[in-house]
Amino acid sequence: MQLLKEKTNFNFMSKRKIAAVFSMLLILASIGSLVIQGLNFGIDFTGGTMIELSYPEEAKLEEIRTKLEQNGYADAIVQNFGSIHDILIRLPVHAAENMAELSNRIVDALQADHETIIDVRRVEFVGPQVGEELTEQGGLAMLYALIGILIYVSFRFEYRFAIGSVVALVHDVILTLGFFSVTQLEFDLTVLAAILAIIGYSLNDTIVVFDRIRETFLKMRKGTSEEIVNRALNDTLSRTLMTSITTLLVVTSLFIFGGEVIHAFSIALLIGILIGTYSSIYIASNTILAMGISKADLMPPEKDDEDVNEDGSVV
Amino acid sequence: MNQYPAWKNALVLAVIIIGAFFAMPNLFDKDPAVQVSAGRYGSIDLALMTKVETALKAQAINYTRAELQDNRLLVRLADAETQLQAKEVLNNEIKGDYTIALNLASTTPSWLASMGAKAMNLGLDLRGGVHFLMEVDMDAAVKLALESFASEFRALLRDEKIRYKRIQVEADKIVIGFRNIEHRDNATNKIKDDYKDVKIVPVEVGTTPSLAVNLTEALIRETKQTALQQNITTLRNRINELGVAEPTVQQQGDSRIVVQLPGVQDTAQAKKILGATATLEFRLVDYENEAQDAINGRVPSNSKLYYHRDGRPYLLKKQVMLTGEHIINSTSTLDPDSGTPAVSVTLDGKGSRIFSKVTGDNIGNPMAVVFIESKTETRKIDGEIVKVRRQLPQIISVATIRDQLAKKFQITGLDSGAEASELALLLRAGALAAPIEIVEERTVGPSLGQDNIDQGFQSVMIGFAFVLVFMIIWYRIFGAVANLALAANLVLIVALLSLLQATLTLPGIAGIVLTVGMAVDANVLIFERIREELRVGNTAQASIDAGYGKAFSTIADANITTLIAAIVLFSFGTGSIKGFAVTLSLGILTSMFTAIMGTRAAVNLIYGRKSQAKLSI
Repeated sequence: MQLLKEKTNFNFMSKRKIAAVFSMLLILASIGSLVIQGLNFGIDFTGGTMIELSYPEEAKLEEIRTKLEQNGYADAIVQNFGSIHDILIRLPVHAAENMAELSNRIVDALQADHETIIDVRRVEFVGPQVGEELTEQGGLAMLYALIGILIYVSFRFEYRFAIGSVVALVHDVILTLGFFSVTQLEFDLTVLAAILAIIGYSLNDTIVVFDRIRETFLKMRKGTSEEIVNRALNDTLSRTLMTSITTLLVVTSLFIFGGEVIHAFSIALLIGILIGTYSSIYIASNTILAMGISKADLMPPEKDDEDVNEDGSVV
Repeated sequence: MNQYPAWKNALVLAVIIIGAFFAMPNLFDKDPAVQVSAGRYGSIDLALMTKVETALKAQAINYTRAELQDNRLLVRLADAETQLQAKEVLNNEIKGDYTIALNLASTTPSWLASMGAKAMNLGLDLRGGVHFLMEVDMDAAVKLALESFASEFRALLRDEKIRYKRIQVEADKIVIGFRNIEHRDNATNKIKDDYKDVKIVPVEVGTTPSLAVNLTEALIRETKQTALQQNITTLRNRINELGVAEPTVQQQGDSRIVVQLPGVQDTAQAKKILGATATLEFRLVDYENEAQDAINGRVPSNSKLYYHRDGRPYLLKKQVMLTGEHIINSTSTLDPDSGTPAVSVTLDGKGSRIFSKVTGDNIGNPMAVVFIESKTETRKIDGEIVKVRRQLPQIISVATIRDQLAKKFQITGLDSGAEASELALLLRAGALAAPIEIVEERTVGPSLGQDNIDQGFQSVMIGFAFVLVFMIIWYRIFGAVANLALAANLVLIVALLSLLQATLTLPGIAGIVLTVGMAVDANVLIFERIREELRVGNTAQASIDAGYGKAFSTIADANITTLIAAIVLFSFGTGSIKGFAVTLSLGILTSMFTAIMGTRAAVNLIYGRKSQAKLSI
């Protein structure tokens, strides 16, 4: 069975201006949302305490809130987590005597004169200085990944391709962050990991398309740059879709069956893969066209140059 | 014709067989077990085994098997419930000389284990347990070092009969004040002779000629490193006392320690014991001066004001007779005279020499036992979060020295039996060289751990099944070949994780799931190329060859860039994120092998010999 029976001939690049405007709008909206309401950072970055509890009976949120308030934890946020039995309690950094023991005091307070035994499923406590470090390291990690990729791609292709792929990656990262900002879904360490995975995935997609664009430039004698890019996109279209579908299938399985703990992680991946697929077609190729890539740029340099590989890349 | 040379086929086959072999131990479940390891005085031998077996039989606890291995005794039990009962029985029977901990015993057949095949480790998020990140207070470590220098300078100057007005530890230096410059010059020479690692600078404090003594950079660095190492040792000792199987205590960075305690449920107790900075000091009471004067602000220069637990003030000499570090053993008991909780203490050789000398010199004088605990408070000052550390010294008992005390003696004045046994434990395990503070905690309860395993396993299997079905529908025979490669890839990832003894975490499982999705990408690229070649009218054999050939550099480029992202993740990542990076990178590497070489070998076997083959793709 074939996804696309005949050789396709979509004119992707005819819509490139529309795509560029569309992406610009989305980026502006994302940045706007990031500036105005920011991200709903999890305790990994802000510091604080998170306690997941499981009640054998239905957890009565109001009762729990009152109890916490009576014990002096009025700033605790209590919500259901996955089922009516499970709750998640969040506390910001407290000016308490010993932050690390806060979770034990809270569990003791809730368990006191409660008939059934409350199961402590998970406790996470991150001190404020650790949170700051993680935020800093996270930003740096993203930067290092982008720089590493920029170097590799300019070394394997041409600088315009490198810029094209990084523009696509920045696009993907901003839109994914924008999605988390607009929806105010919690942004924790696993989401950061997912975004780095998206960088890898989206790049993978972009590289395959670029590889084909380079090959098509060298193979097709006639045609404008736009036509050539269109041809390459069509040639790789069924692969792009196939890979996106298989990856989406497994990520969906992760989303549905993987449990609450990695929910945010799988949502980030789902969104990122969709955006990544779109950006490899419209953003990466768009950028290299806008920078005026032409056949002459890709022709192998003269033979006597020893540092040239057979695929035309210069080492 | 498309034929792999025999060695290539053999290589593919060999890699898969070896992979399957090393992945195998993961198929065996683990038995709940109780682990007995030797404490200070116990030894692990057949006699112990007989004792343990008799004790269990006497309580009618059914154990599957007891076995001796690498300096520990493992008792395997049928389920978690009898495991807890057995621990309880053994705790009553042989506690003290042995450490008893819950553990999971591998059921890997010995022939497999003897060839080095071991199951991979499960992370705390899968098996349940506590992860602590602790920060050592390095400023305090340096301050302690300065204080001990100050105390040595006091003794030196007294021995040399050089008069000084005062010796004080300020922020990062010791300041010694003298009556005149001559005394100062004498002192400078003496200290220079005895101490090479300090910088001595003459200064004037007001009109007092003084010396400022700083530690050199090298000494500060060494002090910090020693403090960290000693804290790691102390934490290990304390964890042994708690009875935890397979704990991890590791240095992280310059001033942090990671502690992982699998299976620990009572985090409150763990935090209390691990973070406890309680230590003891023995000081002479300054009975020549009045405590009341000190309260009013006239503190004699050689004494310091302390309070007893019951609120009474005492003046104690600044000079410490003995500190807790000379204690080699301690047990909680009851004081035979009063029947109140007490701790019986044994000193090491040096400690008993010092102690017998000072107590001998001071018979008839009162002595105080000071219990010192430091607490860290997080306070908000002007919107900034600031850490404030406070030392809480408390006198727990004051007694008149009746006899020369030496190696063994008792400390009384404790509130309860529980306090006595906790103090005994802390003294036994050793004091922390510098206070530590928990800056991060991640605890996963056993129920969530099991859920994570189940859900993780389920999502891998379902995702895997989706992809298998999809590939067969789209690429038929070639899809089936890709599926075989995918299965082989899973086996190889598990084998590598087991060989490296890497730790599998929930994000690690997510990494495997993601790899499953991305591993087929290589095959999709190849198969689409083959279809293209067929479409332009090439023969089946030529199409296969061209498909693999042309797709290769694309696959390599695409995977290397993903690998760059994974490596960045690894180098930045903490614990669980690292797990994701490890499985993702391993998955990329193994998938390159299975998706390219593996499928090529299979395709060659199926179609390679037929010149007029019709490809099912």
